[in-house]
Amino acid sequence: MNNTDNINEIRTIIARHKRWDLLALVAGIIALMIAVLTFIALFGNMVIDGMPRLTWEFFTSFPSRKPEIAGILSAWVGTTLVMLVTAAAAVPLGVAAGVYLEEYAPKNFITEIIEINVTNLAGVPSIIYGLLALGLFVYQLGLGQSILAAGLTLALLILPIVIVATREAIRSIPVTIREGAYALGATKWQTVADHVVPYSAAGILTGIIIGLARAIGETAPIITIGALTFIAFLPPSPVQDQFPFLSFEWLMEPFTVMPIQMFNWISRPQEAFQHNAAAAGLVLVLMTLLMNGLAIYLRYHLRKKIKW
Amino acid sequence: MQIFKLANAASPTTQKAAVNKLNFYYGGYQALKNINMVVHEKQVTALIGPSGCGKSTFLRCFNRMHDLYPHNHYEGEILLYPDNENILSPEVDPIEVRMRISMVFQKPNPFPKSIFENVAYGLRIRGVKRRSILEERVENALRNAALWGEVKDRLGDLAFNLSGGQQQRLCIARALATDPEILLFDEPTSALDPIATASIEELISDIKNKVTILIVTHNMQQAARVSDYTAYMYMGELIEFGATDNIFIKPKNKQTEDYITGRFG
Repeated sequence: MNNTDNINEIRTIIARHKRWDLLALVAGIIALMIAVLTFIALFGNMVIDGMPRLTWEFFTSFPSRKPEIAGILSAWVGTTLVMLVTAAAAVPLGVAAGVYLEEYAPKNFITEIIEINVTNLAGVPSIIYGLLALGLFVYQLGLGQSILAAGLTLALLILPIVIVATREAIRSIPVTIREGAYALGATKWQTVADHVVPYSAAGILTGIIIGLARAIGETAPIITIGALTFIAFLPPSPVQDQFPFLSFEWLMEPFTVMPIQMFNWISRPQEAFQHNAAAAGLVLVLMTLLMNGLAIYLRYHLRKKIKW
Repeated sequence: MQIFKLANAASPTTQKAAVNKLNFYYGGYQALKNINMVVHEKQVTALIGPSGCGKSTFLRCFNRMHDLYPHNHYEGEILLYPDNENILSPEVDPIEVRMRISMVFQKPNPFPKSIFENVAYGLRIRGVKRRSILEERVENALRNAALWGEVKDRLGDLAFNLSGGQQQRLCIARALATDPEILLFDEPTSALDPIATASIEELISDIKNKVTILIVTHNMQQAARVSDYTAYMYMGELIEFGATDNIFIKPKNKQTEDYITGRFG
């Protein structure tokens, strides 16, 4: 075989292989477009339907039988308060569990079983959490159909997300940093409190926000524990103008949340309520996007000063 | 006590530590075999040998670093003088050992904190709270590590903004700040360029009148330049130990000679 033949053969082979490159590229773009266009279509539809209803009054009005004066006041206040409870419960529990599994737990069979189950919990359908919470929080512990019960339920739901995020953030700390702390005579707790947790804070925060963004849209478990679908009053404010200025009465109050308000309006026959539902959905999506945006910001900007 | 005649050590020295019949196991694997050696006070002892010979493993016995990982165990003893404490004894808390014996690692590992906080950390975990004392001791440590002049105007800057050589000197300052009895160096210049390496070597010569030094190095010229005593290790065993000049000029053991003359390793 002479040299020219050889080169021609190589070129033929390359051309054949490159056809697959092109095919993979086209297939990838089509797949991406289907996903993106679907989202744009849904979102666009919601914007067109809901935008005209997005007025100041929509945020400051209670739900009503008349669609044109109905608003989401009780829903967004409820969502905010439930999220407060969720974060207050899930953050310390999830971070502590993650730190324990990474730093303290002995590497044995039992730890492994626990680890597998934590990961599995993330895949349990949310309505199962609702059933568990109905039995445990609402009846057994007598919390009733309250903001506290709902917040704790969602906290359970996002606990695996927070634990996994905490563990991954901790694992990204190089062993040399940890050994550096131990070599100076630090105890395990000093190493965790002064180094491990502060250096993984950005990753942990990202995990918490992603967890909360998931919790904010959950409907099934909240319905299961008995959130009201129509509520025309607000719980007592957590901040009081008289001593001791803080009140926790709101924890035991009935409530509704954004997705339930939406669900309620969608099931009405009048078309005007459909527009209300779209507007509420728009607010919910924006809340979620805002939280995800914050997570992305934290990931890129808080980690800037830590490079390993 | 055996007294070595030394060319580069002015007077006979006292012992800081003695290693007796040390065996060390990673699980079922024996990494160190019957090591016997002395460490002379305020002298530099170099541990040399080919990769995997156990020199880093040996060094990390001195601050009980192996206790951080499961399934490791020690046999034998490392006696620390003058109090005669066997620092490998299970009754001795590894944290206590690490408070007496500091370590500088292969790769500079400053904490993602300010320069000041890096050096102050060892003091803080010893309960030093007064700002004036912290400032004084951080300055002293940075001066001893020949870094003060370069960082005195930016103690609040992140340690990561320093160059590699500066970071390693910062780690030396961090280790010196707590006045350790022994300072361990685990290949401290292997991640550094030649100029930074020279500055670290110079620094080691400067601080040896303050602290006993053990240094692992795979660079034989470095061992010859900085150390007073040298231990040659191979396959987990201590093949030869003696004054650096003797080891490099007239080694008793054929294996040692082959290694230092570059015939293998």
